[in-house]
Amino acid sequence: MTSLFHPTRRTVLLGGAAAASTALTVGASRLIVPAQAKSVAPTPSMRGGANNYRPGAPVVERIGGGGFLMRGTVLRAGDGAPLAGRRIQIWAHTTEGHERDPHSHGATLTDENGEFRMDMPQIVPAFGQPHGHLAYDAEHDGGGFKTVFLRPVMRSADETTLAANFVLQPA
Amino acid sequence: MSQRASIRAALVWAALGVVIAVPLAIAATSPLIAWRQPVYIVAGFAGVVAMALLLLQPLLAGGALPGLPSPRGRRLHGWVGGALVAAVVVHVAGLWLTSPPDVIDALLFASPTPFSAWGVIAMWALFAAALLAALGWRLRIRPRVWRLAHTGLVALAVAGSVVHALLIEGTMGTVSKALLCGAVVLVFVKTVADLRTWTLLRRRRP
Repeated sequence: MTSLFHPTRRTVLLGGAAAASTALTVGASRLIVPAQAKSVAPTPSMRGGANNYRPGAPVVERIGGGGFLMRGTVLRAGDGAPLAGRRIQIWAHTTEGHERDPHSHGATLTDENGEFRMDMPQIVPAFGQPHGHLAYDAEHDGGGFKTVFLRPVMRSADETTLAANFVLQPA
Repeated sequence: MSQRASIRAALVWAALGVVIAVPLAIAATSPLIAWRQPVYIVAGFAGVVAMALLLLQPLLAGGALPGLPSPRGRRLHGWVGGALVAAVVVHVAGLWLTSPPDVIDALLFASPTPFSAWGVIAMWALFAAALLAALGWRLRIRPRVWRLAHTGLVALAVAGSVVHALLIEGTMGTVSKALLCGAVVLVFVKTVADLRTWTLLRRRRP
């Protein structure tokens, strides 16, 4: 079999140099794009995020006795605009109950800045990691965005706060 | 038994007792237990027990324990193997009752936690090694192949269990867990070396 393209040492080197300069130019231009052109990518659901979810858990002032802070933001994909009034459900294995207990679940709404805060009992390690669960469920919200489940892990079991941010994709 | 041998025997049993008892005691008194329901506590403890039995197994197979030389040690190896399988079954079943979706994720290798996959790999390797032992001569395979397969599966079970345990934030203390895991690996490697299992890999001369 004959080939129409016979790479020599020179063509390989030239090709490599061309590819490298293209990559550099593209890379550099990405660093200097104007701010308004940025596109905020949607948050994908995390593995295991939906485990022990309870659809429609009520909106509460706080979960149990509180003492631990779960917080985060909810933004719109694309322009990154904050989303107010979005319903976020939070649950975890805490000092007051395990993940499947109804009283370990509670929902809250985002404020005008797209921020949410939930006072809840201290999260303790369960199934090998100190972690929380958060859900944005399209079926229990005004709709308009796709469902996302998050499962953030605490860096240490001693921490008393955990953050999780949503970027929602319009449905 | 000479005096020197009996002192050595006492030291071996004492060291083994400490390496096994300390992690068990720490797990039994862990603060995490206060926030767990009984099924979850039993499930976690069964995992610690399984790791302790995993330490005993090579010692029994190799007849290395004082007072338990090969024929007696081997017989006990079979019984402890059965207990080890039972401990792993209790571990997984208890976790399943505690949180079904997390265990289903682990068994399907879809878990967010890498230690789950290591645990499941170790479990299947252990079950296969135990099945091989239970069937024994009924399998009608050459003893050499049987022993290589059993040892190979156990190597996978040991490696998987140790990585599984070390990555988990659970009831065992970090130091005692590392010591127990280190002992499990050391005893397994030493036994394979003493029994010269690897020589079975070489082709026999005609």
